[in-house]
Amino acid sequence: MKEVENREIRQMKEYKIIDKRDTRSGFGEALYELGQSNPNVVALCADLTGSLKMNAFADNFPERFFQMGIAEANMIGTAAGLTIGGYIPFTGTFANFSTARVYDQIRQEVAYSEKNVKICASHAGITLGEDGATHQTLEDIGLMKMLPGMTVINPCDFNQTKQATKAIADHIGPVYLRFGRPVVPNFITDDQEFEIGKALKLIDGKDVSIFATGHLVWEALEAAKILNRKGISAEVVNIHTIKPLDEKAVLESARKTGCIVTAEEHSLNGGLGDSVAQLMARNFPVPQEYVAVMDSFGQSGTPAELMKQYGLDAGHIVASAEKAIGRKV
Amino acid sequence: MPDNNSLREIASQVRRDIIRMVNGAKSGHPGGSLGCADLLTALYFEIMDHDPENFDMDAANQDVFILSNGHISPVFYSVLARNGYFPVKELATFRKLHSRLQGHPATMEKLPGVRVASGSLGQGLSFSIGVARAKTLNEDDKKVFCLMGDGELQEGQVWEALMHIGSKKVDNIIGIVDYNGKQIDGPTDEVMPLGNLKLKFEAFGWTVLEMNGNDMDDVVATLRHAKTLSGNEEPIMILMTTEMGMGVDFMMGTHKWHGAAPNDEQRDNALSQLEETLGDY
Repeated sequence: MKEVENREIRQMKEYKIIDKRDTRSGFGEALYELGQSNPNVVALCADLTGSLKMNAFADNFPERFFQMGIAEANMIGTAAGLTIGGYIPFTGTFANFSTARVYDQIRQEVAYSEKNVKICASHAGITLGEDGATHQTLEDIGLMKMLPGMTVINPCDFNQTKQATKAIADHIGPVYLRFGRPVVPNFITDDQEFEIGKALKLIDGKDVSIFATGHLVWEALEAAKILNRKGISAEVVNIHTIKPLDEKAVLESARKTGCIVTAEEHSLNGGLGDSVAQLMARNFPVPQEYVAVMDSFGQSGTPAELMKQYGLDAGHIVASAEKAIGRKV
Repeated sequence: MPDNNSLREIASQVRRDIIRMVNGAKSGHPGGSLGCADLLTALYFEIMDHDPENFDMDAANQDVFILSNGHISPVFYSVLARNGYFPVKELATFRKLHSRLQGHPATMEKLPGVRVASGSLGQGLSFSIGVARAKTLNEDDKKVFCLMGDGELQEGQVWEALMHIGSKKVDNIIGIVDYNGKQIDGPTDEVMPLGNLKLKFEAFGWTVLEMNGNDMDDVVATLRHAKTLSGNEEPIMILMTTEMGMGVDFMMGTHKWHGAAPNDEQRDNALSQLEETLGDY
């Protein structure tokens, strides 16, 4: 690889683990708080109330909670209809059943009909774990971002999921909010401002830009530490909103560092990496490496085993960063 | 309020509009549109409480009509225009580039009267549940009417919605099935027999009414009766027998005019059978 000039170990911003929690609980807490603060918020669930952490909302606001049974298509249509009369529906089920199973319903009655529906999806990606590939969706970001007008958000930890859930209630228009099952480090402070479509730069750097979303953001921070010890200055940017992409932030960072690693718990087809690549191809082509699942289905295993198996960890981000730097001309 | 003779006159004009729109676009779905002309005329001109001049999406304290079988957009557009939702002359833009009258109903072009896109079948009844639930939350006692095609009942999602509405007693919905026995590939009995719909709906917790959808007296009386019955825990489903292509002799008794446009000669033949009552657009 090409040598990085003037290698030095710098003082790097450290992110502390506040606690370890699942992102879906961040959704559940925020939904309950929205129930208290916004009388127009209603929630629908397709027989996964506990898994989605929607119990607090369901128990406290029973008249605004709709148990839909195992009928996701009907849930999406009902949610769209609830907007007639001014309600803000939040639907909850696993990511696979929130997207692929109901794509045409979302397309026609939510996206094309411009309805203010919030499609909230848990158990996204490979970290759903032992249930295996039938339940592990790795295509959902791609599916949702292809729909005109759809906002796509993949927060990185408990606090950010909570912040995002509240933010989408105030945003007018359809949203796909994607979060996960496992307990993961919670490191975004609870006073961090969350703005839809605005990237969050976590670490400044000059040699490589790591654009990460969801569970991979923590891995990117770990990778930056390892890279720092090797004298490589990595910039870490949290892209929580994949659509609309913060083009300004991405371009600014890439112009500075000259190469990119994208990191996501999603297929390399259609995810954050593709959004970034499309932007760069049209504006400022630079070497880019993907940390993503390489066009395959998942399988059963523990979340940690699967992240390692499919190359979705700090080690793979480090290797990809070094490769991207080596490709700079 | 118009008497039933006036409604019949309006329906005749609506049928002329349908023929002229589909002929003008050289595409569209005249068969089911003609069959449902009496129903939509009765709903919009007689049965529903609504405000054509001041359309708003939320429909507070208004009855709402959801067209699930969106391909019969010609009858929907004609009735909306004749009712005052938008200028009648706009019917001439049906299916043309930059028109608000898309091939299937859509909201993106902001056509007054349309609250959700439809066309991909089986979705309108689910949407109606949401509208009905919002009305209940808002303490709004108005009704939600949802029209579906009979062939459309082959979509599984319809039965998800039927089960939900029946078991959860969403009793401010009045469903209507256009029971014409025909779909694109032929008679429903050949393509995918529907079985005993009345018994099926009843088993799902619905009260079922039957009416002749091409007899204005029956249509008005049954819709009035449905409105009176609704709100008593059981949702109402109206099995509406119609004749596809009703009013135009060569379009009746066949499924061939489900989605085919008449040429100019056929248009003139059809129009000669339909009285111009309100003036063509």
